[in-house]
Amino acid sequence: MPIDRTGSAVVTLPSDTEILITRQFDAPAALLFEVWTNPEHIRNWWGWERDEMTVCEFDLRVGGKWRFAARHPEHGEFAFSGECLEIDRPHRLVATETYEPYADSRAVNTLTLEEADGVTTMTIHVLHETRQARDAHIGSGMEGGLQHSLDRIDKIIAGEREKV
Amino acid sequence: MARAATTADAFNAVAEPRRRVILDVLTEGERTVSEIVTHLPVSQPQVSKHLKVLKEVGLVRSHSAGRQRLYRLEPLALKPIHDWLQDYERLWNERLDRLDGYLYEIQGKE
Repeated sequence: MPIDRTGSAVVTLPSDTEILITRQFDAPAALLFEVWTNPEHIRNWWGWERDEMTVCEFDLRVGGKWRFAARHPEHGEFAFSGECLEIDRPHRLVATETYEPYADSRAVNTLTLEEADGVTTMTIHVLHETRQARDAHIGSGMEGGLQHSLDRIDKIIAGEREKV
Repeated sequence: MARAATTADAFNAVAEPRRRVILDVLTEGERTVSEIVTHLPVSQPQVSKHLKVLKEVGLVRSHSAGRQRLYRLEPLALKPIHDWLQDYERLWNERLDRLDGYLYEIQGKE
C-alpha cells in the first residue's frame, strides 16, 4: 500500500510577496514533470473541484506560452496564462502566470522536483510583484497580509486548543 | 492602499511589517517594551503605539509584573488569518490530491 498523502500539501508565506507550496509524491520526478506540462495529462488533474477545463495549452519551450481556462458552474469562466522562462527537465520549471482579469499582475512560478528513494518532493514557489497582488491571489479580495510562515502560529494554536 | 492609523481587525493590524516583527518576538514568550525595542529600528514610543494597535484587535495582552509591564501574544486572535491561508491551502490540497490520484492511476497501468 502506498502512503496516504491526502491533504499533505503545506502552504507557507516566506515573505510579503511569496507563496511556497510543498508536497511529496510517490512517483518519479520525470513522470511528475511530464504530467505537469503535457496537456494530455494536465486535463486530468488541473483545476478546482467542479471546474470544467475548456482550454489547455502548454508549449514547453523557453519563451513558449501556456494557457489554461476553465468554467465553473457558478463563477463562470476564468483563465490563466503565461510564458516559460527556464526549463531544466525534470528538476525545474520557471514560468510566468497571469490571472487574465488582472493582466498587469504577473507572478513568477518556480516548480522544483527533487527525487529520493522513489519519493519526489515538489515545491511551487510563487513570487508576486507586490504584497497586494500576493494577498489578492490567496484571499480573493481579503485585504491585509502577513509575513509569518504560519507554522509557529499553527503550533501555538494547536497548543492552546489542547489546553481548552 | 491607504490604511487607517488604528485598525479594526487582525488583518489590518498584521499588515504593518513592524507589528509582524513584534508578533514574531512575542511567539517566543512574554516581553517588556524595552525588550521588544531591541528587535526593531524604531523608538520605544513607536513600539508602544504598535502594541496599542495590537492590543485593540486582541492580538496582544499586557499585565504588570512588579514595576514592569509584560506583553504576550493572544494566538487565538490570529485564527482568522490562519483560516484565510487555510482556505488557500485546502484548494491546493484538492488539486494536488487529484494529481496524486492520477499519478497512481497511470503508474498502475504500466
